[in-house]
Amino acid sequence: MTAPLLKVQGLKTWFDTPRGMVKSVDGVDLELRRGEILGLVGESGSGKSVTGFSLIGLVDPPGRVVDGRIEFNGEDLRTASPAGLRSLRGDRIAMIFQDPMMTLNPVLRIGTQMIETVRAHRNVSRAEARAKAVEALGKVGIPRPAERIDAYPHEFSGGMRQRVAIAIALLHEPDLIIADEPTTALDVTIQSQILAEVQKLAAEMGLGLIWISHDLGVVAALAQRVAVMYAGRIVERGTIDEVLDTPRHPYTAGLIGSTPMANVRGQPLRQIPGSAPPPLGRPEGCPFRPRCAHATDICRTEPQETLAGGHGWRCFHPLQDAAEVRT
Amino acid sequence: MMGALLTGETMFARILRGILASPKATAAALVCLTLVVAALLAPVIAPQDPYDLGVIDFFDSRLPPGSESLSGMTYWLGTDTQGRDMFSAMLYGLRTSLAVGLTSGLLALVVGTTLGLIAAYMGGRMDAFIMRFVDLMLGFPTILVALMILVVFGQGTWKVILALVFVQWAYFARAVRGAALVETGKDYVEAARCLGLSSTRILAAHILPNCLPPLIVIGTIQVANAIAAEATLSFLGIGLPITEPSLGLLIANGYQVLLAGLYWMSVYPGLLLLAIVFSVNIVGDRLREVLNPRLET
Amino acid sequence: MSLRNGKVNKQNGIHSGVGAAASAGGRGMTVFILRRLIQAVIVLLVTSVIVFLGVYAIGDPLEILLPGDATAAERAQVAASLNLDAPLPLQYVTFLTSALTGDFGSSFVFNRPALTVIFERLPATLELTITALVLSLVIGLPLGLWAGTRPGTLVDESVMTGSILGFSLPNFWQGMMLVMIFSVWLGWLPSTGRGETGTILGIRTSFATWDGVAHLILPATNLALAQIALVIRLTRTGVQETMPLDFVKFARARGLSERRILFVHVFKTILIPIVTVIGVEFGSLIAFAVVTETIFAWPGVGKLIIDSINALDRPVVVAYILVIVAMFIVINFLVDVLYSLLDPRIRGRA
Repeated sequence: MTAPLLKVQGLKTWFDTPRGMVKSVDGVDLELRRGEILGLVGESGSGKSVTGFSLIGLVDPPGRVVDGRIEFNGEDLRTASPAGLRSLRGDRIAMIFQDPMMTLNPVLRIGTQMIETVRAHRNVSRAEARAKAVEALGKVGIPRPAERIDAYPHEFSGGMRQRVAIAIALLHEPDLIIADEPTTALDVTIQSQILAEVQKLAAEMGLGLIWISHDLGVVAALAQRVAVMYAGRIVERGTIDEVLDTPRHPYTAGLIGSTPMANVRGQPLRQIPGSAPPPLGRPEGCPFRPRCAHATDICRTEPQETLAGGHGWRCFHPLQDAAEVRT
Repeated sequence: MMGALLTGETMFARILRGILASPKATAAALVCLTLVVAALLAPVIAPQDPYDLGVIDFFDSRLPPGSESLSGMTYWLGTDTQGRDMFSAMLYGLRTSLAVGLTSGLLALVVGTTLGLIAAYMGGRMDAFIMRFVDLMLGFPTILVALMILVVFGQGTWKVILALVFVQWAYFARAVRGAALVETGKDYVEAARCLGLSSTRILAAHILPNCLPPLIVIGTIQVANAIAAEATLSFLGIGLPITEPSLGLLIANGYQVLLAGLYWMSVYPGLLLLAIVFSVNIVGDRLREVLNPRLET
Repeated sequence: MSLRNGKVNKQNGIHSGVGAAASAGGRGMTVFILRRLIQAVIVLLVTSVIVFLGVYAIGDPLEILLPGDATAAERAQVAASLNLDAPLPLQYVTFLTSALTGDFGSSFVFNRPALTVIFERLPATLELTITALVLSLVIGLPLGLWAGTRPGTLVDESVMTGSILGFSLPNFWQGMMLVMIFSVWLGWLPSTGRGETGTILGIRTSFATWDGVAHLILPATNLALAQIALVIRLTRTGVQETMPLDFVKFARARGLSERRILFVHVFKTILIPIVTVIGVEFGSLIAFAVVTETIFAWPGVGKLIIDSINALDRPVVVAYILVIVAMFIVINFLVDVLYSLLDPRIRGRA
C-alpha cells in the first residue's frame, strides 16, 4: 500500500476567547491517498472549515493548533518553518474557499492575482506567468481566457469566479487541494457543472482532494471516502459505500435519514431532534449524547475510535443493522 | 442597548467599566475632571480676579513665572502684558473656553439629534433633504464656515456659539439618523405606529435610547472640537470679545511678545488648552471603542 | 476627531450616491454629474445670497464698500453705481452680475480689484498646502501601515495616542511653539515670511532656493501636523479592517509573502478611501492655512483674509468667501469623480 499523501493524527485547534477556550477541532484523524477524494461532512460549527485551515497553518489568532501530527508527503507540517509552509501553500497544497467574491481581491485584476501566485513560487518572467495563467483559465472552461484575464472579479458571474478560483488552485499542479464548501454559494445547476469539472480534473491530474461540505448529497456524488464531523471530532469515517450503506454512528444515520431524497414523499421530513451543542457548552464524553436515542451512562465517557478495515466510528452503541438505521 | 439591559448593566456602568479598563483613559478622565472642577471653582481658587481692574497693577506686567508682587502675592506663572496674574487669567480663561465649548456642543447635540430623528423617522424626501444639507455642512471645514458666519453676522459670544452650533450639528444629525434608521426598520415601530402611538412617544421612548451610544461618543469629541475651534477663532481675532477672554485670546496676546522671548504668556495657556482638548479626545476615543467601535466620527 | 472633521466615512453619504448612480449604467453617471453640478450652483447661489444679505441688508453697504475716509462725492458715486435706491432683489441682481464678471469691488487697502488681489496671493497658499499634503502622506502612510500591522502592541498604542495628540494640539499654538523652539531658541529656521522664490518648470516656487525651502519648513510642518495624525489613523484603521478579510486569507493560502499582501493587496484596497478623504482634507488645509499664514506671516490668501477682516477691507472678504466656496465645491466634486475612477467596481459600470 502506498504511503498516504496526507495523514492527520489527533489534530486539535483551540481558540482562546475571552469567554473561554473554544475547542473547534478536538482530536481529528484523517487520511488521504494520492488521487483520492475525501469528503469532510459536518454542519456549521462542527469545525470542518477550521480543520481545513489548520492543515496549512491559516488559523488566525486567538486560534492555535495545540496538538496533533499533520503528515504531508512524509513531512510534519506542524514543525515546518513559516517560510517552508508558505512555499507549500499555493504550490503543493492549494485551497479553494467558499465565496469567490470575497476571496478574490476586488481591486486587482484576475490576471494580477494569478500571475503573482505563479511568481511567488517559480522564478519566471511575467510573460511566462501570464501564459500559464491563461492556460489554466482555459482548462477550467473560461471562454476567451486571454481577454478575460485582464478583467476584475466583479465582472464575472459567481460560477465563473469559482472556476477562476479553481484555476488558481491548479496553477502549480498541487498534490493536495482543500476545497472549503466551494459550491455552497452557487446555484444548483452551476454546482453540478463545477462538481463534474472538479472530478474530471482530479482524475486527470491525480491530485488528492479534501472536499469540505455540509451537504452529504454532494459528497456522495463526488467522493470516494468520507469523514463525518460533529462538534470538533470525526465520529465516523470510511469509504462512501461503507458509510452510506452501513452507517455505524447514530449521527451519520440521522444525517442520511434527514436528506430529502431519503424521505418518503408526503411524510414529514425526518430530523435529528435537538441541535448541535454550542462550542463552549459541549457535554462531557460523547458530544452527540443529548440527542441520541441510544445513549446510556457509558456515553458520558470519551468514546474511542473502533476501526474495522477502513471503516471507523466513535460510538459505544454503534448501529448494527439496516433496520436500526431506518428508525 | 438591549444586550446591555439583558446583562443587567446600565450604559453608565458600561462606560465606567470601559474607561477604568484603560489606564490611559482613566488618567485622561481624571485630568478632565480636575480641570472642570478647577474651572468651576475659578473664583475661589484664583489668587486674583483678572477682570477686576482695581487689583491689576500695570507695573507688574511682563513678569516671569515665580516673580512676586509688591503685595506679596506670587505670580506662579508670571503676568501678562496688562499685569494680570497668568494663573488666574488661565483659570478664568479655561472657564470661558469650557462654557462656550459645552454650550455649543450641547446645543449642536439638541439640534442635530432632532433633525437626525426627523430624517430617520419620516424618511423619504425629508430624509433626503436633511441629509443633503448634512453632507454639505460636512464638506466644509469648521473653521471656514465659522469664519464666514462671524464675518457676515458680526462678532460676540453668542454669535460664536451659534456659529459653532451651525457647523457641528451635522455630525450629530448623521450619527443619530444612522442609529435611528436601524430602529425604525424594526417591526415594533411599525406596530406602534399602527396602534396609533404618538410619534413623539415612539421616538422618545424607543428610538432615542438606541441613539445614546453614538451621541455620547460624538458629543464628547465635539466638545473638544468646539473648545479648540473657539480658541482658534479667538486667536484669529474673530472669536470671543476681549471682555470675556478665553484661552485662545490669552494665547493670542502672548503671541505678540513671543518673539521677544516672553514665552510664559503663550506656553502655559497653550498647555492648559492642550490638556483639556487632549484628555477629552482620549476619553472620547475610548468611549468610541467601548460603545460603538464602528462609529464614524 | 478634531477640527479636521473625521471624514473617515463622511464620503459614504456622497459615494453611495456615486455607486448607485454608476451602477445604474453609463447614463446614470452622466445624470449624477449633472445633478452634482446643479447642486454646486445652488450652493454657490445660496452663499452669494447670504453674503449679499450680510453686506447689503444687515450692514450699510456704503460703510462696507467704501473706506472710512471717502468723500461725500465718492459716496454718492458709489451709491448710484450700486443702485442703492432700487429694491433689494434688484440690488442682488446687480451684485450677482458684477460678481459673475469678476467684479467684487476694489480693495480699500490695495486699491485694486478684490479678485485680482486674491488671485495674486493664491499661489503662495497653494504651495504651502500642497507641501503640507505631501508631507502628511509621506509621514502618515508609513506610520499608519506600521501601526496597523501591529495591533495592540506598544507601537500601535503609542502611534495612536500620538495621533490623538496630533489633532488635539491647537493648530495655532503648535505653530507658535515651533517658532519659539526653532526660531527664537535654536535660531535654525526663519520665523516669518516666504523666502526667495525661483522658477521650476515655469512655476514660481520656494523649492527653487534654499532660502525658500528654509522659510517653507516651519509653516508646512505646522499645517501638516494634524493632517499627519488623520492619515495615520485612517491608514491604521484601514489596515486593521482589511487584514481579517477573506481575500487576505486567500492570498496567504496561495503562498504570497506578507510583504506583498501588505503593500499590494491591503494597501491598494485602503488607498481608495484614504485618497478620497485626503482630497477633501485638501480643502481643510486651505482653511487652516488661515491660521498658519497668520502666525508665520506667509503672504497667502489666508493671511489676506484675516488682514482684510481686521482692516475692514470688505470687498476682499466678500470675494474671498465666494472664491473659497467655489473652490470647495470644485474640490468635492473632483474627489467624487476620482473615487469613482479609482474603484474598479464603480468605474467598470460607469
